[in-house]
Amino acid sequence: MVKITFDGIEVEVEEGTTILNAARKIGGEVVPPAMCYYTPLKGTGGKCRACMVRVAAGSAKDPRPMPKLVASCITPVQDGMVVENTTNPDVLAARKGVVEMLLINHPLDCPICDQAGECDLQNFAYEHGTSGTRYEEERRTFDKIDIGPLVQLHMTRCILCYRCVYTADQLTEKRVHGVLGRGDAAEIGTYVENIIDNEFSGNVIDVCPVGALTDKTFRFKNRVWFTKPVDAHRDCPTCSGKVVLWMRGNDVLRVTARKDEYNEVQEFICNTCRFDKKDANNWTIEGPRKIARTSVISANHYELPVLNVNVIPNLPGSTEEDLQSTPFNLGRQV
Amino acid sequence: MQSLSNRAKKLEKKPMNFSERMYLPAIFQGLSITMRHFFKKKATIKYPEETRPMSAVWRGLHVLKRDEKGRERCTACGLCAVACPAEAITMVAGERKRGEENLYREEKYAISYEINMLRCIFCGLCEEACPKAAIFLQNDKVAPARYERDEFIYGKDRLVEPMPIQNL
Repeated sequence: MVKITFDGIEVEVEEGTTILNAARKIGGEVVPPAMCYYTPLKGTGGKCRACMVRVAAGSAKDPRPMPKLVASCITPVQDGMVVENTTNPDVLAARKGVVEMLLINHPLDCPICDQAGECDLQNFAYEHGTSGTRYEEERRTFDKIDIGPLVQLHMTRCILCYRCVYTADQLTEKRVHGVLGRGDAAEIGTYVENIIDNEFSGNVIDVCPVGALTDKTFRFKNRVWFTKPVDAHRDCPTCSGKVVLWMRGNDVLRVTARKDEYNEVQEFICNTCRFDKKDANNWTIEGPRKIARTSVISANHYELPVLNVNVIPNLPGSTEEDLQSTPFNLGRQV
Repeated sequence: MQSLSNRAKKLEKKPMNFSERMYLPAIFQGLSITMRHFFKKKATIKYPEETRPMSAVWRGLHVLKRDEKGRERCTACGLCAVACPAEAITMVAGERKRGEENLYREEKYAISYEINMLRCIFCGLCEEACPKAAIFLQNDKVAPARYERDEFIYGKDRLVEPMPIQNL
């Protein structure tokens, strides 16, 4: 076990843990954002530079600071390391620069994009970026490629995080898509118009931090914030069957895997669950999903106020029962 | 009963004198007030024929604007609907087909767009939320009175700005 100080908070983690995971052990506001790092996938990280932090002291043995900001998702911790994230203005300034660079070629078509509302890049830019752009040149554009009937590819929105490539490599047998070209011309594609039809290929939609890979069966159906996320499960022979249904009324508009607080999927789901089971009768519904109050998805979703708080102690039993049966007793402690 | 404040005054009912008993002076006094009002400036207007001048920032009936090429600006992003405190706006989005590029500005457009003018409180938050400068509240139009409730649900036929007249 090694001890590090992250933003003034001491945390003890196992040797070989990355700085990012150590920060996630603390949790909350201090966790650096990550656009390309994805815990369940091996080899991810180090590409988007969103998680850069300053190491003020390398280790207890050698307390010199690291000369440059480091990507926290691929830098392992050392005993006595002192890391600065939100406490260092340099880091925040660098992050602002990262947002600007990521958005250089991003079309900013959020009003059209189906990912809007649950987009990592949108959140990242909102929290760390500036509202204006200094970029005046033509933005990079691509010819539209059809990669099959289930997944819609919008190459202009891609930030080349490589998550989908790792997903296809590590989850499925034969990967048909990858990054073609180099530098500015690099793009996600399926060489010679191949079609992605693997049973687990739909997971590239969930891992994509932006709207580059979206669900074709949900395309323009509704906005994320008008649908209601509900946890559900079914007995699936190929996958865990644990999903989130995005419902509008009684219609299931979209099925996704369950994402944790860092927008990472722990249990990937199969295409049958994702694309074919769009009927609420196919699923056992567990209950509404908890969505952060700050998310646009919880906009206009009102919760019942906590009424009937116990103000009179030792009420008679019959009165207690009466209060229990009223519809507004949700917060009541008996 | 004794008064609490000791400020109560005892009223005495005096008998009316002659002129008071005639009632005529009081009638003429009242009539003169009425007559004076005939020559005063009227507080009301004859509404449908005359209208009052409206403030430049008046928020009236909505309009869905077209761009300079006559294409609909609205892309059915739903931000107006989520911003709407009265939840008056609903929409259905659709994908633009090939050959419709002169009708819709973006690849997504609103197949239907409805505002319930009975729910709308004309706060203008939709106008503020719109990222495409598509919806505006006009400062010269008010939602007119109608007989049926469903007539207040304004669809695209009444909201979208009419096509500009082409120069022939």
